[in-house]
Amino acid sequence: MTDSHASLAKKLEERFSNELTHCTTVHDQVTVTVAADDLLSVCKILRDDEQFAFMQLSDLCGVDYLTYGQVDWSTKESTSTGFSRGRQDSDQESSHNINERFAVVYHLLSIKHNIRLRLRCYMSDEYPRIASVSGIWGSADWFEREAFDLFGILFEGHPDLRRLLTDYGFIGHPFRKDFPLEGNVEVRYDPDKKRVVYEPVTITNRVLVPRIIRNDNRFATPEEEQNDA
Amino acid sequence: MPEIRNMTMNFGPQHPAAHGVLRLVLEMDGEVIERADPHIGLLHRGTEKLAESKPFNQSIGYMDRLDYVSMMCNEHAYVMAIEKLLGVTPPLRAQYIRVMFDEITRVLNHLMWLGTHGLDVGAMTMFLYCFREREDLMDCYEAVSGTRMHATYYRPGGVYRDLPSMMPKYEASKWHKQKEVDRLNENRQGTLLDYIASFTDRFPGCIDEYETLLTDNRIWKQRTVGIGVVSPERALQLGFTGPMLRGSGIEWDLRKKQPYEVYDKMDFDIPVGTNGDCYDRYLVRVEEMRQSNRIIKQCVDWLRQNPGAVMIDDHKLVPPRREEMKEGMESLIHHFKLFTEGYCVPEGEYYSAIEHPKGEFGIYLISDGANKPYRLKVRAPGFAHLSSMNEMVKGHMLSDVVAVIGTQDIVFGEIDR
Repeated sequence: MTDSHASLAKKLEERFSNELTHCTTVHDQVTVTVAADDLLSVCKILRDDEQFAFMQLSDLCGVDYLTYGQVDWSTKESTSTGFSRGRQDSDQESSHNINERFAVVYHLLSIKHNIRLRLRCYMSDEYPRIASVSGIWGSADWFEREAFDLFGILFEGHPDLRRLLTDYGFIGHPFRKDFPLEGNVEVRYDPDKKRVVYEPVTITNRVLVPRIIRNDNRFATPEEEQNDA
Repeated sequence: MPEIRNMTMNFGPQHPAAHGVLRLVLEMDGEVIERADPHIGLLHRGTEKLAESKPFNQSIGYMDRLDYVSMMCNEHAYVMAIEKLLGVTPPLRAQYIRVMFDEITRVLNHLMWLGTHGLDVGAMTMFLYCFREREDLMDCYEAVSGTRMHATYYRPGGVYRDLPSMMPKYEASKWHKQKEVDRLNENRQGTLLDYIASFTDRFPGCIDEYETLLTDNRIWKQRTVGIGVVSPERALQLGFTGPMLRGSGIEWDLRKKQPYEVYDKMDFDIPVGTNGDCYDRYLVRVEEMRQSNRIIKQCVDWLRQNPGAVMIDDHKLVPPRREEMKEGMESLIHHFKLFTEGYCVPEGEYYSAIEHPKGEFGIYLISDGANKPYRLKVRAPGFAHLSSMNEMVKGHMLSDVVAVIGTQDIVFGEIDR
């Protein structure tokens, strides 16, 4: 399996020497990043070229990198001041340099070569737009509707871009990181008006376990160990 | 001359044949479907968003509730993704237990599918027969995890506890006479493995029973042969996986092609259809039950001969034993840290796919190094299948919609997530 991944990565780098901005193989999975402008041409070749033959789009999903690497509770200064007692909302600098907020991730499957490929496209805009691949893989239709619904990513050229999972008349894109977990509105039946009414939420979210990143030595890469030393 | 217009009809979400909360808006020309527009999301709970706000282990229970008729398979994909990112491998015995319960789950799922599909199309007896066998398998779930459905049994690093050495038994009561209870307890005298073994001996006969009712049944064939035909090319295009893809004649099974756990040591066959219609998919699924039965048998044999650990011995990931906790300070700390903060998963991303009873069930996990997932995406097989509803029912009659919903094996827990 490992050989086939290495050879796939090599083939991809040869075939798309201009389009690929990034290509890695981690955990036996090949990930490539392409610019949004090249997406359609790259996808067409990936499907039709015999050496790739990615006939199936297994999955398509949006990702919001807004809070990537941010933590609720930092314990780095524990030696001097001790641990803080609770959760603090902090807007710390993200340790990861991802400039673009949104990404769309495509998981492709080649039944002919028995291999998978992950394709990622970043979009920087506040109103992210990207070309639709529903003309290339039929299964993209609903996956793109879902990503539009949950992340507000506009897929240009999609035949029927409607909301899919959320309520009729829903406002907002719930899977964005700045959308609160408890939502914005709640519904109840109003006996006076004799209908269901929407009201601002009355519950507040209570975080029981803060989000923490520990520098665990077991998972440190050799470079990191050198840096620490 | 009066103007003739198509009629728009609403199907569901409370229709019993809609398998949950499917709302279909059908555009009909007489009794022929012109266009079908499924409206989903009535069961959307935002599992993926909820998982982002919890430590990794606390979301395993949510996975059970995705596809709520094949619970442990969902857990499996999620747990496998975490294990891959952490770089741990469960002990061999745990892998066998997982494979065995994956197959038990597959039988559970297919029995549910067969029963309800039969009921939808008009074979009431199927429902009763299938649920009789499901009950026995539910008891296996209960014996091993304490719950009949939402087990939360698979954990990163193995399975939560070893197989029990005895089966729970029925007790006589005002409503159950001693004689009846003795009959029920007959195959519960030994261990769980004995119980499963007796089930696997009996089960092929049960499948024969189902087949005598349906396979050559004239009404069943009239309702399923030639209905919802999908060509192999379209099946790939539409993202079909599992029995839906194999029914169209493509031999593709992740258990064989990209084996995980110990599937590469198992001896089983992949059934493939030829015509890609509802009847072929029925035959494929029935044969899959027989093959699952074979795999369960092989697992039982291996598990009987090879006792051992079912969890890795890393207390950063799995809780220490209760006795150790009462005496050792370190175990107490481990326990406290694990249940308050959880464990941090190293930065990275992984897409773990398993051969779920319905198709390819995938978990795409992005971790930024924290104790909670950064992003979790559930790739539900039913989602891709349902999106092809329009294409599959176009030109068919209204009653065939029910057959197609049945053949797609739709469960809304996973589609709406």
